Amino acid sequence: MNTKTGNMENVIQTHPAHPDIHRDDTASKLGMWLFIFSELLLFGGLFIVYSVYRYMNHVAFDLAHRELSVTVGLINTIILLISSATVAMSITAIQKNDKKASLIFLSATILLAVIFLINKYFEWGSKFEHGMYPGSDLMGMLSNGDMLFFSLYFFMTGLHAVHILIGLGLLSASLIKIRKNKIRSDKYSLLENSGLYWHLVDLIWIFLFPLFYLIH
Amino acid sequence: MENKHLPNYLEYQGKYKGLMGWLTTTDHKRIGLLYFYSMFSFFLVGATLGILMRLELIAPGKQLMEAQTYNALFTLHGLTMIFLFVIPGVAAVFGNFFLPIMLGAKDVAFPKLNLLSWYLYILGALIVLSSQFMGDGPPDTGWTFYAPYSLKTQTNVVAAVFGAFVLGFSSILTGLNFITTMHRLRAPGMGWKRMPIFAWTLYATGWIQILATPIVGITLLMIAAERLLGIGFFDPAIGGDPILYQHLFWTYSHPAVYIMILPAMGVISEIIPTFSRKPIFGYTALIISSMAIAFVGYFVWGHHMFTSGMSDSSRWIFSFLSFIVAIPSAVKVFNWTATLYKGSIRLQTPFWWAMGFIFVFMIGGFSGLVIGSLATDIHVHDTYFVVAHFHYIVFGGTGFAFFAAMHYWWPKIYGRMYNTKIANVGLAIFFSGFNILYFPMFILGLRGMPRRYYDYLPQFTDGNVISTIGSWIMITGLLILIVNLAKAKKMTGKAVDDPWDGSTLEWKIQSPPTLENFEEIPVITGGPYEYKDR
Repeated sequence: MNTKTGNMENVIQTHPAHPDIHRDDTASKLGMWLFIFSELLLFGGLFIVYSVYRYMNHVAFDLAHRELSVTVGLINTIILLISSATVAMSITAIQKNDKKASLIFLSATILLAVIFLINKYFEWGSKFEHGMYPGSDLMGMLSNGDMLFFSLYFFMTGLHAVHILIGLGLLSASLIKIRKNKIRSDKYSLLENSGLYWHLVDLIWIFLFPLFYLIH
Repeated sequence: MENKHLPNYLEYQGKYKGLMGWLTTTDHKRIGLLYFYSMFSFFLVGATLGILMRLELIAPGKQLMEAQTYNALFTLHGLTMIFLFVIPGVAAVFGNFFLPIMLGAKDVAFPKLNLLSWYLYILGALIVLSSQFMGDGPPDTGWTFYAPYSLKTQTNVVAAVFGAFVLGFSSILTGLNFITTMHRLRAPGMGWKRMPIFAWTLYATGWIQILATPIVGITLLMIAAERLLGIGFFDPAIGGDPILYQHLFWTYSHPAVYIMILPAMGVISEIIPTFSRKPIFGYTALIISSMAIAFVGYFVWGHHMFTSGMSDSSRWIFSFLSFIVAIPSAVKVFNWTATLYKGSIRLQTPFWWAMGFIFVFMIGGFSGLVIGSLATDIHVHDTYFVVAHFHYIVFGGTGFAFFAAMHYWWPKIYGRMYNTKIANVGLAIFFSGFNILYFPMFILGLRGMPRRYYDYLPQFTDGNVISTIGSWIMITGLLILIVNLAKAKKMTGKAVDDPWDGSTLEWKIQSPPTLENFEEIPVITGGPYEYKDR
């Protein structure tokens, strides 16, 4: 459970003694899972709000969702699903001590994440061009139901995009550490946890996509 | 102790000296004290605000301040006390300091994350407090930020809700850290059923922190988005539903009550066996009741909204579920009293605090049943009865347990014993002041005095005068307690390793503990409450 510390006198002299000598990959994975539960509940609150307002304004929600392009949403869904697969492959590669493959798969994941964001940029951009953005005059003129739909759309996909950015940060940090050999076949918990986080980001999109783009 | 030559955690010199040594520490004990001193400062700020409010209410009409100032004051009092003191409260201070020691570990699972949590706490606190000085004046919504008023008021609500969001983040990370610590760092031989009850209550608390806090986090973000970007979520004028805001807010904020009270109950569960010289009665029942409180606590939030406009069936279901929570709480009280039965009780200061806790907690609990039942709630909702109830639970419960923990563990934290006679006198004054301050509020509430108002009708004057006098008595007791403990810190005397003959692991090591608590990880061979002198 605890790594043997060796010469105690030496350890006492150099600070900070304990966090560096103590390493517990199971603990960091458990911690990540707990954090993911928390993240799920964060979006859970929004899903409740969505359901309540959809129930109250189902006609408006149905009409408003036709404004969104299913194709763009579908492309983004496929991108995220593939990226989830590539990050998993990157983890397997590092477990098998194949640094090169791990780097390739991880770079692919990062690339896909960037493509997702570019898509999102154009998707949001076209709405902004038509004057559709939170706080705009056009939004103010919409009916209550339409306004709620687009408010939730911007808020939820926006929050999801923030999570993509955090995930990108984690994945990039892992990439650098693999290159510096700080993530190796015997020490890959950062990559594994970034992967877990990335799956969460993917999972949330899997719910956002039907809620906004598909349900009639 | 053979390892006396090792420096304790207070003397220990790391990479940095002095203040920097504290601000960069990853030692759970130092982080616990960082929390303690920052939190206690905020507590004193909150208490001062409370005293000022009581002064304003000593007579009808204007005494000290304008109505708007009063609104800002009670908002800040609530924000400070709830978010900066009682929610992190016992868990962040004493949980940080003692959980690893009680488990036989050298630190929490994620020491750096632990330090980050403290920085987030400080950041959140600064943002909340900055709302007082920036923008268009201090928020006047009350700590609940009810929509639509929180969307309409001109005051600086955004800073306050964003600060609360950051504080929530800090709380989540602490809970996550503690749960992982308990899963991974129990000493060899310490099975789950050999953990001290305090650790178990932190375990239950950790789950609430992880699973409930994000709900309020997202709700507060929505308030901020609605104010900043004009996104419509809760404003009825643009289709939003203010009742939905209340639902989301209380979905967290009721479980938050259990974040406050569960570790407090854990402290009491440590003190009572130590001073009764008996293993705690119903160890398993105490664990189950903690988990039950954490679980059922999720499904009772609606009792804050009995008069907000809910269907009759939701109201009786929430009322029924609220009564269910009373069962595990009562199980705890019965177990504590059963532990006293036939114990060889030592009437020492921490024990008196525990008794004080049980007394005020029972008054708070029973008054909770009054407002948990639909018919009586309609009568006393939003009156001073509710104010009295939650001060008995939150201050009387968590606050008393916080002081109990201070008096129980102070000798371990600083290796110095305080003057117990002065501590007992201080407690007696504090306890009397507490009851004189809050008990009249029950009567005022029953007679119909509404809460949160700046002014009141002349017939409520007597009760308010008594209450204000109580606040002076209580603050006198508080000052005596603080000075007494502060003096103990400076006293030069022999360090005491085990002043109470405790049986949990923190009493087996030196006071103050060394940097790594245990030079050798202990092997556990028995339960947490086995006393040799029995």
